[in-house]
Amino acid sequence: MAIAPERPRIYEGTRIPAPTPSVLEVPEELRDSDDILQVNFGPNHPSTHGVLRLVVDLSGEEVVGLRAVIGYLHTGFEKNMEQKTWWKGITYPERIDYVSFQTNELVFVLAIEKLLALEVPEKATWMRMLLCELNRIHSHLVWLATAALEIGAISMFWYCFRERDQILDLSEMVCGARMHTRYFQAGGLAEDIPSGFFPECRKFVERMPKAVDDYEGLVDRNQIWLGRTVGIGLLSAEDAIAMGQSGPVLRGSGVDWDLRKQQPYLAYDEVDFGVPLRQGGDVYDRYRVRMEEMRESTRIVDQCLDRLDEMEGRPWIADDRKVVLPPREELHTSMESLIHHFKIVTEGYRVPEGEVYVVVESPRGELGCYVVSDGGPKPWRVKFRAPSFAATAAAPTLSRGALVADLIAIIGSLDGLMGEVDR
Amino acid sequence: METKDAYGETTLVVEAEQLAEACRHLRDEQGFDFLSDISATDYLGWATKGVSGYIGTTSGRDLNAPSTQGLGRLPQLRPPRRFSVSYHLLALRAGAERVRVQVWLDDGESVPSVVSLWPTADWHEREAWDLMGIRFDGHPNLVRILMDDDWEGHPLRKDYPIGGEPVRFSSAE
Repeated sequence: MAIAPERPRIYEGTRIPAPTPSVLEVPEELRDSDDILQVNFGPNHPSTHGVLRLVVDLSGEEVVGLRAVIGYLHTGFEKNMEQKTWWKGITYPERIDYVSFQTNELVFVLAIEKLLALEVPEKATWMRMLLCELNRIHSHLVWLATAALEIGAISMFWYCFRERDQILDLSEMVCGARMHTRYFQAGGLAEDIPSGFFPECRKFVERMPKAVDDYEGLVDRNQIWLGRTVGIGLLSAEDAIAMGQSGPVLRGSGVDWDLRKQQPYLAYDEVDFGVPLRQGGDVYDRYRVRMEEMRESTRIVDQCLDRLDEMEGRPWIADDRKVVLPPREELHTSMESLIHHFKIVTEGYRVPEGEVYVVVESPRGELGCYVVSDGGPKPWRVKFRAPSFAATAAAPTLSRGALVADLIAIIGSLDGLMGEVDR
Repeated sequence: METKDAYGETTLVVEAEQLAEACRHLRDEQGFDFLSDISATDYLGWATKGVSGYIGTTSGRDLNAPSTQGLGRLPQLRPPRRFSVSYHLLALRAGAERVRVQVWLDDGESVPSVVSLWPTADWHEREAWDLMGIRFDGHPNLVRILMDDDWEGHPLRKDYPIGGEPVRFSSAE
């Protein structure tokens, strides 16, 4: 394979369980032993990031069997979205992955725009990129806070949530909601960017690298942290690809793959950023990748701010009256605008027939959205390819021979978000 | 085998019997070593006038009054069978090439499992079975994944009613 061919081998062969890749079965010789203890880990356990149930077979402290049971958070988003107009459907993806809500919103909006062949103004593209990168930092902060909490670094939680709150404040400033912003519309943004946003965001950009230094100061060379993470939960590059891993999990295993570089969407080809890569494939490397990504995302936000500064007064949404709501003030004076407004709100806009699969790099990796339209005002089928879904399925591959305490570190390092796993 | 290009995406439509061979070729010869997703779609009621997204049945409520949310014109696609299963493949190399392999099948028919080619297909196929009722031959553990083990029906099918799930009242013992 062309990507990073000089990777060292972490282990020989494959660790993917057979015949079922997602179930680690108790070895034959242990099956009749009295020492096997089956433990239900979850579904209501504080370190399962939601409601994940793991059925774990333990021999002493060693994990010899593992099966993940999911679906406790299944909400039927995809079925619901078939009942809603395209316009209303935008609120749903955010709630699928409620920690990286902005990226999920983006992927669905991009799918609609692809079917509509809608041109998006430059300003909207850059603002989308800015918010998605802020959201990546947000997601990694929540990950770091909870994953560190689970393996004993309790104070990390407070530090991370301090910066997380600043990001949510910025969201609130932009659109009025702290999470689930629904700020992206088919065609651009829902509103112009408020002028007060820029100085506040710049303050945050200045602050964030120091904050990452602080986090690293807490755990990076901490003996307990290293003991809990280094060499734990190994995943080779070959196994990672076979198990459909993406994002920081894939890059922590030495595969230089980031859709923002390999398949640039929005304006990622116009910004300068690095893709952090680690070769070890353990919990520590996945942690390092996410820390570096927070720094790189801050750099992207900074560049977006510079570009957006030059776009003052430019349009933030496409001028297509069949899809985009007319400006509010026109409703009082223009009959035409009022009719358009009424039609879009009640019936929704029609999206041309076809099927598209749009993929973006979410904080968790390859986030895909498959959409089928029959040409009507509602999607015929919406399907989300959730990176957490693939990550959670790989837990048995990583947990082979792990201790029960390591299991918590391993599940945490995969960053599976149950809302997205179960949809 | 038929190749379609639309919206800048390539779709290979294959018969169920050819699927394993086509996938092996794409993985080993063409370098599509990453299975991104498996999506199943139900086309029941497709191109029926006045219907978009949902068909009311006697057991469920029809949320769309006819002709209020209808189609502007009938869609051009004539689905050869009721269900489509789409495999979204990705080649991990510069340019991030993608291809969609699509299989069409009717209710009761099955497609070969690709778990032996891409282990990640395990959960994706279980999800397609659970929510859409697509049977995958050769899957090592084809059981429900998101719904309860004793759930009846496949919720993402178009004839599965919305709001039609049985509600148990304490007085109706």
